[in-house]
Amino acid sequence: MIEATGLRKSFRVGRGRGATTVEAVRGVDFAVRRGEIVGFLGPNGAGKSTTLRMLATLIRPSGGAATIAGVDLLRAPAQVRRRIGFVAQASGTYDDSTARRDLVLQARMHGLSKSVAQELAAGAIRAFQLDDFADRKIKTYSGGQRRRLDVALGVIHSPQVMFLDEPTAGLDPPSRVRMWQEVRRLREEGMTIFLTTHYLDEADSLCDRVSIIDAGRIVAEGTPSALKREISGDVVAVDFAAADVADETGGDLPAATKLLAEAPYVHAAEPVDGTLRLYDDSAATAIPQVMRALYDRGIEPGAIEARRPSLDDVFLAKTGRSLAE
Amino acid sequence: MKLVRDTWLIFQQEAGLMVRNPVMVAFSLAQPITYLILFAPFLKVVMVDRGASTYADAYRIYVPGLFVAMGLFGGLFAGYGLLSALRAGIIDRCRVTPVSRTGLLLGRALMHVCLNVVQAMVVTLVALPFGLRVHLANLLVSYALLSVMVLLSTSISYDIALLVRNENSLGVLVNTVGQPVSLLAGVLIPLVLAPMWIQRVAVWNPFAWATDGMRALFAGQITQSVVWQGALIMSGLAAASLFWSSRLFNRDVS
Ligand SMILES: Nc1ncnc2c1ncn2[C@@H]1O[C@H](COP(=O)(O)OP(=O)(O)OP(=O)(O)O)[C@@H](O)[C@H]1O
Ligand SMILES: [Mg+2]
Repeated sequence: MIEATGLRKSFRVGRGRGATTVEAVRGVDFAVRRGEIVGFLGPNGAGKSTTLRMLATLIRPSGGAATIAGVDLLRAPAQVRRRIGFVAQASGTYDDSTARRDLVLQARMHGLSKSVAQELAAGAIRAFQLDDFADRKIKTYSGGQRRRLDVALGVIHSPQVMFLDEPTAGLDPPSRVRMWQEVRRLREEGMTIFLTTHYLDEADSLCDRVSIIDAGRIVAEGTPSALKREISGDVVAVDFAAADVADETGGDLPAATKLLAEAPYVHAAEPVDGTLRLYDDSAATAIPQVMRALYDRGIEPGAIEARRPSLDDVFLAKTGRSLAE
Repeated sequence: MKLVRDTWLIFQQEAGLMVRNPVMVAFSLAQPITYLILFAPFLKVVMVDRGASTYADAYRIYVPGLFVAMGLFGGLFAGYGLLSALRAGIIDRCRVTPVSRTGLLLGRALMHVCLNVVQAMVVTLVALPFGLRVHLANLLVSYALLSVMVLLSTSISYDIALLVRNENSLGVLVNTVGQPVSLLAGVLIPLVLAPMWIQRVAVWNPFAWATDGMRALFAGQITQSVVWQGALIMSGLAAASLFWSSRLFNRDVS
C-alpha cells in the first residue's frame, strides 16, 4: 500500500552565507502492506514527522520516490490526496469552531455535497464518541477529546491509507488505550495505517511492524517480537540510582559497568540513567554471578531486576542511546 | 468551477466563524465610528473655503476617505489570520485534502471583503443623521470599488505574511507601508489641501486614485474619469497581487 525508496529531505535554514542545511531524513526505505498498522518509532528530531509530511504531500521530498495506494507521490500528488487521510502531530482545528462544523467542512473539502457531509459528520461523531461535546467550541475540549476529533477529521472520507503523527502524544494512559482501540477499529474497517510514536509500549502493542528511526535513518525494522528476539537472552537491570544507595554507591556505576562488561557471562553492559543494563543468555544464571562480582569489589547495588528485552533495548543496541526519558 | 465551489466553501467557514464572534466585529467598528463622529467636524472648518460649508459637505468628503482607510488597514491586517491558521496547522489539514489551494486563500480574502463592506454599510448608516446624502447607485459602486481595494490590501498582507512568516515583522511592515500610503491617499484631509510636492508624489499612490474615485462617487460625479481609472488601477493591482500570493501559498512550504 505504501512503498518508499530512498526518501530524503533536507531543509535549508537561514539566508545568504549563514545558510546551513538540516538533513532531516537521510534516505529511508520501507513498505506497508494493505491492512497493516506500521509504526515509526524514534526519538525527538529523528525525522518521523518530516517523513509523514512528505508522504502526505505537504512537503516535497529532496530525493527518493514513493507510491501510495498505487499512485506515484511525486507525479500525482493530487491523486494521492484523494486516497489518504492525515492527522498531524499538532491538531489543526479552529478554536472557535465546533467538532460538527469542522467535520462537515472536512468532508466538503473532499468534494462531498453538504447533505452527505452532514451524514458523515454525524456518523463520525457517533463512531468516535464525540456526542457530548460535538456542538461545543473546540477550545473547551480536553486533550483526549481534541485528539479523537483530529483522527475523526482525518478519516471522515474513509481513506485507503491513514497517516497518524503521534496520535497519543500528551494523552493520559486511559485516553491512550482508547485511541489504540480507535486505531484498531480503523484497521478493521479496511484502512492501512502508518503512524509515528516515541512510546515503546505503543509501538509494541499497537503495531504489526515497527521501523526504528534515528537521525533520519532507519536502524532496524521488523515485527516487535522479531526485533526483540534479535536481542537474544535476558536483560538484567541493576539500579544504582535508588535513593538509599545513591549517596554512597551512586558513583559505582562506571566501575560496575567496566567490571561487568568484561565478565564472560555478559554480552554487553550499557549504563542508562543510573541503571546498568546487562544483556546475557539467562537471567537466572547471571544474577548470582553479578551479585558475587559486585560484592567482591565492595559495590552494593540497589534493586536488581530481570526482564525480557524491550524495544528500548533494541534501540539501545542499534544506536547506543536509550529512547526512554 | 471547483475553484469557485471551494472558495465559497472556505468563505462560508470563515464568515461563519466571524459571525459567531460578534464582539470582535463590533470592536473593529469602534475606530471608524470614532473618527466619523470626532474627526469629520474638523473638516467642515478646514474645508470651508473649498466648498464645504455644511456638515453634509464635510461628511461627503470624509466618508469616502474613511472607506479607503478601513479598506486599506482592514485588509493589511488579514495576514495575521493567515499566519495563525498556518501555525495552528489548519492550513496543513486543508492542504492534505483535494480542496483547491487557491480557494483556501481566496475564500479567506473574500471574507475580509465581505466584512469590510458590512462595516462600510454601518458607517454609511451612522453618517446619515449627520447629513450625508449619496445616490444609491453611486453608493453601490463605491462598495464595489471598496471590495476590490480590500482584495488588494488583503493580498498584499498575505504576500508579506507568506514572505516573513512572523507576526511581529508583519505588524511592523504593515504599519510602515500603511501609514504613508493612507496619508498620501488623502484619506483624512483631501490632497487638494496638500503642498504641491505631496500631490506630485501622491500621483504614484494607487490608493490616492481610489480615494479620488470614491470621493467623486459621493459627490455624485459617477462619470468622472477618475472613477473608472481608480477602479482599473485597483483591479489590475489586486489581480497581480492575488496571483503572487497564490504562487507563494502554493509553493512547497515548510
Ligand atoms: N521546516 C524545517 N526547517 C528546518 N528544519 C526542520 C524543519 N522541519 C524539521 N526540521 C528538522 O528536521 C529534523 C527532523 O524533524 P522531525 O519533525 O521530522 O522530527 P520528529 O521525528 O517528528 O520529532 P518529534 O518526535 O519531536 O516530533 C529535526 O532536526 C528538525 O529540527
Ligand atoms: Mg514529529
